[in-house]
Amino acid sequence: MADIEAPVLGEYQIIPKIKLGTMAGSMPYIAKPDIQAGVGFPKELVPDWENVAVKKLGEMVSESRALQVFLDSCVKCGACTDKCHYYLGTSDPKNMPVARQDLLRSVYRRYYTFAGKHFPKLVGARDMTKDVLDEWYNYFHQCSQCRRCSVFCPYGIDTAEISMAAREIMDTVGQGQKYCNEVLIKLHSIGNNLGLPGPALANTLEGLEEDVKDDTGVDVKYPVDVKGAEVLLVTPSADFFAEPHVDGLIGYGKVFHAAGTSWTLSSHASEAGNFGMFIGSNKDLHKVARRIREAALELGVKRIIVGECGHAWRVAYSFWNSIIGPFDFLDQRYPIPQHICEFTYDLIQRKALKFDKSANDDKVVTFHDSCNVARASRMGNMPGGQFIIPRAVVRASVNKFFDMAPETIYESTYCCGGGGGLLTDELLDLRIKGTAPRMQAFKEVVEEHGVTHIAAICAICKAQFTKVLPYYKFPMDTIQSVHGLVSKAIRLGAVNE
Amino acid sequence: MSAVTVIYALLFYVATAILVIGVARKIYIYARAPQPLKIPTTPAPTTRLGVAARMVREVTVFESLFKANKWTWLFGWIFHFCLFVELIWHLRYFTEPVLAFLPWMQWFINFTGYGMVLGLLGLWGRRFLVDRVRYISGPSDHLMLALLVAIGASGLAMKFLVHTDIVALKAFFIGLMTLNWQRMPADPLLLIHLTLVALLMIIFPVSKLLHAPGVFFSPTRNQVDNPREQRWVAGWTAKLDNTKAAGN
Ligand code: SF4
Ligand code: SF4
Repeated sequence: MADIEAPVLGEYQIIPKIKLGTMAGSMPYIAKPDIQAGVGFPKELVPDWENVAVKKLGEMVSESRALQVFLDSCVKCGACTDKCHYYLGTSDPKNMPVARQDLLRSVYRRYYTFAGKHFPKLVGARDMTKDVLDEWYNYFHQCSQCRRCSVFCPYGIDTAEISMAAREIMDTVGQGQKYCNEVLIKLHSIGNNLGLPGPALANTLEGLEEDVKDDTGVDVKYPVDVKGAEVLLVTPSADFFAEPHVDGLIGYGKVFHAAGTSWTLSSHASEAGNFGMFIGSNKDLHKVARRIREAALELGVKRIIVGECGHAWRVAYSFWNSIIGPFDFLDQRYPIPQHICEFTYDLIQRKALKFDKSANDDKVVTFHDSCNVARASRMGNMPGGQFIIPRAVVRASVNKFFDMAPETIYESTYCCGGGGGLLTDELLDLRIKGTAPRMQAFKEVVEEHGVTHIAAICAICKAQFTKVLPYYKFPMDTIQSVHGLVSKAIRLGAVNE
Repeated sequence: MSAVTVIYALLFYVATAILVIGVARKIYIYARAPQPLKIPTTPAPTTRLGVAARMVREVTVFESLFKANKWTWLFGWIFHFCLFVELIWHLRYFTEPVLAFLPWMQWFINFTGYGMVLGLLGLWGRRFLVDRVRYISGPSDHLMLALLVAIGASGLAMKFLVHTDIVALKAFFIGLMTLNWQRMPADPLLLIHLTLVALLMIIFPVSKLLHAPGVFFSPTRNQVDNPREQRWVAGWTAKLDNTKAAGN
């Protein structure tokens, strides 16, 4: 455990007074030239980068209604100022959503608005300088693109969109982020974030089959590249071996087994995550997602189901149809794509699954709504299904369930602190501080209801919590996959009934 | 025709032209800019009708702001509501005969001027008292509030302290609209009030007042949450062609 002080949690969440510059030194490693080149970005700051950046900004704004409206409309009302977990955890005023937007808005104003061109001081317009660029680099990498601010802004201004745009500009001028770009290289060349090649994947899955057989006595299959399967499952690659992710994958397999649905993973599209979104690159967003379309066509599946991953579900639910659709080759009777929780929930509704909840009686569980699922997607056919359905799946698997405080869940959920391409060790200090509001809410249910575990449906949340929970004196296995709970409770075959 | 009349006549023609053309231009830009992806802040309505209802709640009761901060909501709502009523009320200087419902507002209008200024002072107070809001407030934010307070205060002064010749004023504005210029009553308070209003109209299209048209175009609020049901493409997503052979 690195030597970092976690914030001390109090009785309840407070809104801290601003403290200038507390996080001015926080930044991820800058991508080395070969990494930049690997994703097709300039190797280092290009000559005349100031103008390149300004021009890129202008183009992006003209191609995005969101940017156009968001950059013009902010009235500095301050409603968003206490909504960001990074502000609450660090007290750095530049982590207030409006202040973060202003880092970019100030440049936009200087070059693209009448007021900023002629009265820069009056409206806080700034020239594009290296200091500004570095400030962007620091603070646009202190935004997990969680959209919590956009819930509360009277104009729906979404700082995530601004962060994505700023990162795209930084990549374009040659100052990209190492972690995200490295992951993208692996994704583009191998097909998943971890760089796990096809044969290794097949091996891992075989191992899983043996483990499950030992555990349950049932031959649950974890197939890969099976042509003609009904379902293509696309899941975050962390599900293949990280804890507690893999318990989730085991759970998906058991649910498919119980449902009698044939399914397969794909070694070509062995990743649901899409870091193209984090860096705001349309090109990469599309290129990463396209592997999934290719795999679905190649394998001839009828349906695509997505595993537990927050931003992946946003990309799948909200963007896939736009960027890799139309899906006329899939079975139109099912949602395209479908979330694994929707799939399991349907079976539960139809009483097609058997559970022994007492298998989870060692746990008192709460559910952490992951940002991208909560505020950027849906499940089921009614608004808010993304809150109801995963909870229903958890409740079908456990006896003891308690929600955290209402202002910290559902659409107001607090980010785990590690989303948006920030899940890298050099940002650990930020990640620990940023998770403080979530830990605060968790601590309250621990004290009030004796909650022992947090269930989540996001690979990043799971990895982040595993890492940061110990700093708050909670065991790392406090965090569970929803389908890990399902896996424990579900009864398969005669022996287990 | 006095110099004052000529100056104010021209001022209002210019201010109106800038306001109308400036805002129309912005609306055109917003409407034309593509929104390539679906990004409604969810949970979001799944039908157009639902979106319309969300938008109505957003612009009438400031739903999101209410969730965010009760004080800002309270002051903000009072200000906007009173401003709205005052704007309607001011139509009586531009319509002959006056719109039928205007006389009913007579009673109410005694409060709205105060409400406007009170709301503004509340919002302004936050810019000094709340450290976070102080940090994000720039000179233009304070000036904007000063301008609006001055407009409200000068209006109140004319209503309750030093009455102005509103019959002549009405003749002046109707004259402007019918291109048949009439004398402008040159009361100092009125001149101040009108100058400030013209100034507000002029800076509207280049200031944060663009939030008024902007909110209607905000994709996080005006998009229908139906990406699975209905394929959405615009801008760069409309240019993609996935039906080509795989791997290109
Ligand atoms: S998107 Fe989330 S992390 Fe980014 S500024 Fe808004 S609240 Fe903070
Ligand atoms: S809530 Fe919206 S309008 Fe208000 S300060 Fe924040 S971004 Fe600006």
